[in-house]
Amino acid sequence: MNLRKYLKVYKKFLHTSLASELEYKTNILVDLITAILSLIGSIFLLSIFFQNTGYIGGWKFEQALIIQAIYTILNGITNTWFNPNLTEIVKHIREGTLDFVLLKPIDSQFFISLKKINPSGFLEIMLGFFLLLFCIRINQINLNLSFLTLCLITISCSICILYSLWFFISTTTIWFVKTWNAIEVLRSFLYIGRFPLSSFSFSLRIFFSVFIPIAFITTIPSEVFLGLSVFWKILLEIIVATIFLINSRKFWLFALKFYSSASS
Amino acid sequence: MVQNIIDVKNLSKSFDISSKEPGLKGTIKHFFRRRTKSLKVIKDISFEIKEGEIVGFLGANGAGKTTILKMLCGLIYPSEGSILVSGYLPFRRKENFLKNITLIMGQKQQLIWDLPPIESFYLNASIYDLDKFEAKKRIKKLSEMLEIDEELFIPVRKLSLGQRMKSELLAALIHEPNILFLDEPTLGLDINAQRNLRKFLQKYNKETNATICLTSHYMKDITSLCKRVICVHEGAISYDGKLDLLLKKLSPVKEILIVCRSEEDAIKLENSGFTVKNKIKNEVTIKIENNSITSSLKTILNNFDIEDLFINEPPIDEVIGKVLIKKDYDI
Repeated sequence: MNLRKYLKVYKKFLHTSLASELEYKTNILVDLITAILSLIGSIFLLSIFFQNTGYIGGWKFEQALIIQAIYTILNGITNTWFNPNLTEIVKHIREGTLDFVLLKPIDSQFFISLKKINPSGFLEIMLGFFLLLFCIRINQINLNLSFLTLCLITISCSICILYSLWFFISTTTIWFVKTWNAIEVLRSFLYIGRFPLSSFSFSLRIFFSVFIPIAFITTIPSEVFLGLSVFWKILLEIIVATIFLINSRKFWLFALKFYSSASS
Repeated sequence: MVQNIIDVKNLSKSFDISSKEPGLKGTIKHFFRRRTKSLKVIKDISFEIKEGEIVGFLGANGAGKTTILKMLCGLIYPSEGSILVSGYLPFRRKENFLKNITLIMGQKQQLIWDLPPIESFYLNASIYDLDKFEAKKRIKKLSEMLEIDEELFIPVRKLSLGQRMKSELLAALIHEPNILFLDEPTLGLDINAQRNLRKFLQKYNKETNATICLTSHYMKDITSLCKRVICVHEGAISYDGKLDLLLKKLSPVKEILIVCRSEEDAIKLENSGFTVKNKIKNEVTIKIENNSITSSLKTILNNFDIEDLFINEPPIDEVIGKVLIKKDYDI
């Protein structure tokens, strides 16, 4: 793989999608306001849960706020990259414009996963980081290099798992043509990621860890932030992320053999 | 000797198609128990295309023309048979193969809708690993050939269909491919835009010796661009050869309207042994076989007092229309 070429193409992707989005100023403004209101709403909801009890699943409000911060960052990443690109796969397949992607001398998964960005998602990422910094202060967390490395690894793994899940569902469009609903179900599962895994019943914990590993996405990075995480959990998240990423790739290449293109 | 650039042997393609009975009952049945059957849309076809050739694929809707093009450019896996395009197996979509080909579809677009076409050109240039200087040079050259200039800087959504199609062509040709697959490139364009596009394709073929495979429902595209046509009927090739030979075969006679100076001459002509279609006063319409036109006209001009004459070619659409519904042509 020619890394220099891919960097050059990605720079062009950034440029063209930013230019496309900036054509509609009002839309960006509305998106920014929505992101701020959504974060305020989520914190308000969380505070209601903690109103009559000091702990949920063994977590204090200040600690649970870290999960909300990580969720906000991940949701920002979702809105910046996954939403504009991966939902577009369905459109590409339904309308047959995937033909143009497949005939370009560039990796098709790279192309369809990163071609667009939604700049308003950046604000959500920034808001998430501000909230995280606030949480680090109120929870009196000591920052050091090994701590930051672990945080980075676990958040990166979360991004990989989330991307793979979404990409996997979008790829099934090659057979089922319409999979909007499945993506909506995934998005609604993501809301669950705002709460600590231990606050759910045992069976739900198994479901959200094994079948749809939403729990890994926010809970494990949050535990790292709070110094509550154990080594095997971090290792497990790395293994799950690697398996998901590799399989999403394999599944895409396998699915392409069944691509029949839309009729003209 | 000109080499074959496309080599297709015993190619077949089957698709699983589901069918549904009408009405609510049929819909519910279809939802729970989908009945699918395998449909062979391309049936054991073989052909070769030489470098620099322009070949037109003719056929009715659903005959399989687009499926053939999509298999040739590697979008669809063939079910049986073999394809070699420029020495590559298309469905493997190797980087060097993809740099050699392009696909243009009249009904689909790759340009970024909200931005001027120039942005899409530079994006494609980076995908094909062209530096800025080379990309600029090629954009300039192609835009001159396509006669577009200011349109390059206007958002795609504000361009007319003709301007958009020209821009699509430029985006698809920036990497200077030597094999062009064109699927109804003039669809929806007005007469002038169609003519300009044909002119461009002729020029591009002449200057670069690119091979062009074209499907179109506009006969003018086929007659002005293609010397050779491949007729596809229900997934099989019904004719593969020169277009003029096919036209001669399909319309072996021409109609000639002869205006005589007097009605007496017209009566004389009517009874002179030619096949007469009709006679109105001093005008006689006769049918003459293509291969005896010159000698017959000589006889008529020498023996009758003729005021004027008109040779009527049968409309090309009508003639080609026969190809679309017939299974086989032995020429």
